[in-house]
Amino acid sequence: MYILKKLFKMLFTIWVVMTLIFFLIRLMPSNPVERYIEAQMVQFGLSLEEATSKASFLFSMDLNKTMLEQYLGYLGRVIRLDFGNSLLSPGVPVMTIIAQRLPWTLFTVGLGLVLSFIVGTATGAVLAFKRDRWYEPIVSGIASFLSAIPDFLIAIFLLLLFGVVTWGGRGTILPINMLRGNYSMGVTPGFNVRFILDALKHGMLPILTYMFSQLGIWILLMKGSTISSLSADYVTMAKVRGIKPTRILTAYIGRNAMLPIVTEFAMRLGFIIGGSLIIEQLFVYQGIGLELLKATNGRDYPLMQGIFLIMSIAIVVSSFLAELMYVVLDPRIKSKGGN
Amino acid sequence: MLFQIRYAILHDISGLLGFIILSAIIILSIIAPIVFPLDTVSDPSNIFRAPSLMHILGTDHLGRDIWAQIANGGRELLVMALITASLGMFIGVVLGAFSALIGGKFDEILLLLADVWLSIPRLPLLVVISAFIKLNSIALAIILAILSWAGLYRTIRSEVLSLKEREFIEAAFMQNLSISHIVFKEIAPNLMGFIIVNFTLLMRASIYSQVGLVFLGILPLDQNWGVMINQAWTQGVIYSKNSILYIISPTIMICLLIISLVWIGKSLEDVFNPSLRK
Repeated sequence: MYILKKLFKMLFTIWVVMTLIFFLIRLMPSNPVERYIEAQMVQFGLSLEEATSKASFLFSMDLNKTMLEQYLGYLGRVIRLDFGNSLLSPGVPVMTIIAQRLPWTLFTVGLGLVLSFIVGTATGAVLAFKRDRWYEPIVSGIASFLSAIPDFLIAIFLLLLFGVVTWGGRGTILPINMLRGNYSMGVTPGFNVRFILDALKHGMLPILTYMFSQLGIWILLMKGSTISSLSADYVTMAKVRGIKPTRILTAYIGRNAMLPIVTEFAMRLGFIIGGSLIIEQLFVYQGIGLELLKATNGRDYPLMQGIFLIMSIAIVVSSFLAELMYVVLDPRIKSKGGN
Repeated sequence: MLFQIRYAILHDISGLLGFIILSAIIILSIIAPIVFPLDTVSDPSNIFRAPSLMHILGTDHLGRDIWAQIANGGRELLVMALITASLGMFIGVVLGAFSALIGGKFDEILLLLADVWLSIPRLPLLVVISAFIKLNSIALAIILAILSWAGLYRTIRSEVLSLKEREFIEAAFMQNLSISHIVFKEIAPNLMGFIIVNFTLLMRASIYSQVGLVFLGILPLDQNWGVMINQAWTQGVIYSKNSILYIISPTIMICLLIISLVWIGKSLEDVFNPSLRK
């Protein structure tokens, strides 16, 4: 029941985004479809019928039908992930471009997030136990600094540190100008060691940026939630019953301290995917964010619409998965039916 | 109220530091046009000068004084952040309070919409919108305020739900006072601490979006710190060792501004929510 409710909300969200995009493209005053038809008529001397049919093909909408039929047709195609063809590279389906770019963004964002999650929760849990040590306020201070400043400023610091400043007269740590794009020339994509190492090298700075920008939040959250479960009754009870400290740490404290953090994970994912726009532009990393910028600058509406929708779907689906995780971690929800 | 703010400033070191930094940036923004006027022309003979008495932070790739750009760069960000935060706060308080007081279907639908809205990625949406609307700073400030309704609405709604149970609100209802009277005269004053805390958070989000969009080249270039980063990037001087000061100083200034807002928000939160105090 709880899961069904969440599933319904997920589908509803995707529908809202789809509708929003349709109305932006089709119904706004001076919308792209009308502007395109006008341009075709004025510049290339096409008749209204010819221009309309050309636009119909490009935007994959039948413009001669009523608005409602167009809307339903659009929903039908988008559900099959058919966004029409790109305007800037004619003849290439939008979905092909997305399929080329999205894995790179998921690779960097995902790896960065997982790394920060592992390092952050471990550090946070340790800090919760070592609250009396001298390094606790220092680490907590760094964590709150990292969680406060925007991710792209961290990216600039990393860029300067690794790619611009020379150290001891030996040059920069990374040859930053050779690291644009996703992999080097002459490396064949595929499952081989050379390609994987090269891809990691090219993705290193974005991955580090995502990692550092999320690290602080995990440390602070995990520290707070561990401290609060340390004083819980069932932990005291477990100690009294003489259960081994390592078992208390993993099964009693760890599991309960993780609960509030898992939902945060999904929220973060959405936020970083949005932020990837700036990070990918800064490092010239050919992911989905950079592609969205290119599409916007070139007014490639089908591509823009496709990428925006895919980004939203990625976020909605991942937050749904987080809800599922929550149910697995906390059996109480299933029986209560949620809030 | 004033007493509480004074207490927030003085009771912890980070709050005090935050207030000092923010005041310094505000004062700098006010006096800069007179005391540190911008160089309007480029000076090719003065490119990439090291810091000196004439140019405290040296000069940039066009021979302009960096310090003048830094001193003048915060004004626009601050003003726009204030506009966004005030407008966003107003929308959040009105929607949150009415939704919690009216309840029923209205409340349910708004809550569902807020959940949906929260999962739409903000920055990509702004980029897509920029393809349809010619954005400028004012338009962006207003759009940002409208876009941020969902998060604020949810927090304020839950806050009002707990206020609703208090006697003085019940008394107001019994006197048949109008709902807008209850929202603005009874509830809003009691949410003041909460509002101030969220105000700083909103300002921070607004500065993030402004600088980000300026860096992406979507907002027109005026004089602010984001523009300096954008210029350094588009002109390629970000890769030049000589221009480290040009790129690092606006970056640090943005960090300082955001950190000061966060610290102020935290110390105010301590004052208004004593239960969170350790």
